[in-house]
Amino acid sequence: MAFQFTEENLKRIEKARQKYPTSLAAVMDACYIGQEQNGFISDEVVEEIARVLEIPKTDVLGVVTFYTMFHTKKMGKYHIQVCTNVSCMLRGGYEIFDAVKEKLKIDNMEVTSDGKFSLEEVECMGACGGAPMIAVNSDYYENMTKEKVLEILDSLQ
Amino acid sequence: MEKIILPDIPDLNKLDVYIANGGFQAAKKALQMEPSEVIDIVKKSSLRGRGGAGFFTGLKWSFMPKVKTKPHYLCVNGDESEPGSFKDRQIFEKNPHQLIEGIIIAAHAIQAQTVYIYIRGEYYRWIQMLQAALDENYERGHLGEKMKQTFNTDFYCDVYIHRGAGAYICGEESALMNSIEGKRGYPRVKPPFPAQNGLWGNPTTINNVETITNVPKIIANGWEWFASIGAPKHPGTLLFGVSGHVNKPGVYELPTGTLLTDIIYNYAGGVPGNKKIKCVIPGGSSMPPLRGDQLEGIKMDADSLREAGSAIGTGGIMVMDEDTNLLDVLVRISHFYHHESCGQCTPCREGTGWMEKILRRIQSGQGTSKDLDLLVDVASNIEGRTVCALGDAAAWPVKFMITRFRDEFEKYVKKEVVIPVKNKIHSMKYTTYSVENIKLPESTKP
Repeated sequence: MAFQFTEENLKRIEKARQKYPTSLAAVMDACYIGQEQNGFISDEVVEEIARVLEIPKTDVLGVVTFYTMFHTKKMGKYHIQVCTNVSCMLRGGYEIFDAVKEKLKIDNMEVTSDGKFSLEEVECMGACGGAPMIAVNSDYYENMTKEKVLEILDSLQ
Repeated sequence: MEKIILPDIPDLNKLDVYIANGGFQAAKKALQMEPSEVIDIVKKSSLRGRGGAGFFTGLKWSFMPKVKTKPHYLCVNGDESEPGSFKDRQIFEKNPHQLIEGIIIAAHAIQAQTVYIYIRGEYYRWIQMLQAALDENYERGHLGEKMKQTFNTDFYCDVYIHRGAGAYICGEESALMNSIEGKRGYPRVKPPFPAQNGLWGNPTTINNVETITNVPKIIANGWEWFASIGAPKHPGTLLFGVSGHVNKPGVYELPTGTLLTDIIYNYAGGVPGNKKIKCVIPGGSSMPPLRGDQLEGIKMDADSLREAGSAIGTGGIMVMDEDTNLLDVLVRISHFYHHESCGQCTPCREGTGWMEKILRRIQSGQGTSKDLDLLVDVASNIEGRTVCALGDAAAWPVKFMITRFRDEFEKYVKKEVVIPVKNKIHSMKYTTYSVENIKLPESTKP
């Protein structure tokens, strides 16, 4: 069955729409809601957003592919984001990235076979004072060491 | 020293604590003034933007049309995507109500009834914190139509958060507006400037979160007070984010004009292992890097740093010790700009990619000293030839890193090229290497 927003999510999109004079402006909020409901933004989600906001599908797809936080393929339940930008790199960001890669046996933008974890090498997350850092979904973990990262991965079920 | 943005008051993020410490008195005062009076005070205070360009805030506000024929908008830039910058987050977390009070005053000054706070998508937790603070202020009648009664005025404004989704370029003001409009974050050609033609073609002002957070204190204590703090031409305090090879990385609020060495050694606790400093980027990764042996006497304000050959940017100080491999750092910086180039202008889209490729060639041991010249040349051809400043931001680190640390980079490249294949000599005219430096295999020598 084609993707459909839940009643509640339709209300959330409507609320987002109220913030702006045009419905196109609510597209980013709608993409977040679609991604949350479906896990990633498939073609069907794009179609549904376009239908709900009454905007062309190309406008939705343009936004989805431009912004890196929208995923067009399914990511893991826990999306592990490791920063390797300069401040983190200077304090061992790449060692953390390699440790996660080794532990999960996946590469950048890949998902483990059980669908639990996915890994992304991200650009500066604005936590340079707590470098090196990782983020799991929306939660930041700062002042990481290899041991701490592995502990965090073990604790995620 | 009194702190303006992040005072040492426990629980200041709670609305009652904020009000008990004089909160919303400045908004009350400002809302009884004419908008032009507010702009005048901010102009006289010489408050400058904290987002990187350092433009005078009062002057920016004064560009908005005096007679309102279309809706006016205020955008507050909390995209904070510059590597090395992590200051706005502290404001969302520790002093959100002063930001909200600043927004009320700024919105009144430019007569904007709709305000968007643009926050990067990764800051989801901080978005939630700020949204909770906004909701609380709506309930208390500090925002929305209830403002009219609370502050006894005709003016009211609504404040919304717009969540970004991981694009560095959206920190650029015109890309930010496109992103709010629900489009890809492509910067716009200026002119027309946002004050004439901004959000949905209406007059718009874009200010940084830290800039706006300064405003209530300026109104409460007067412009004379603010102008007397720090460097005269760039007064106030700055949130310096110190990261990299220091013992105590973090955000330090200090007056402008504080010595860079003072920040690194006294506040951030110096370099681990008492190592020497090789390089410092003083204002976020886009700004020209400084040599570690030339840091003495450099003050952290816009004019002093310009004299020293860099820029204040967002005040994100990245410190690199003597053991740092600057080539690796530069490869990482170039990869970042290549990744984040929006792809609109050819010099930036292609140039950033070529710079990264050439740097990776050097990293793999295949570079020659001509490559260093080529990099400087590519960088110089990007600079100033793009719609927005991302081109410059990508070019400066490459250009200045190589010219200022040429001795270091020469270590990573070869001077001579060995052509191992016979009969290829004729193709040499198509290469960039000079013939004197070519060492031919023995067997091909005449």
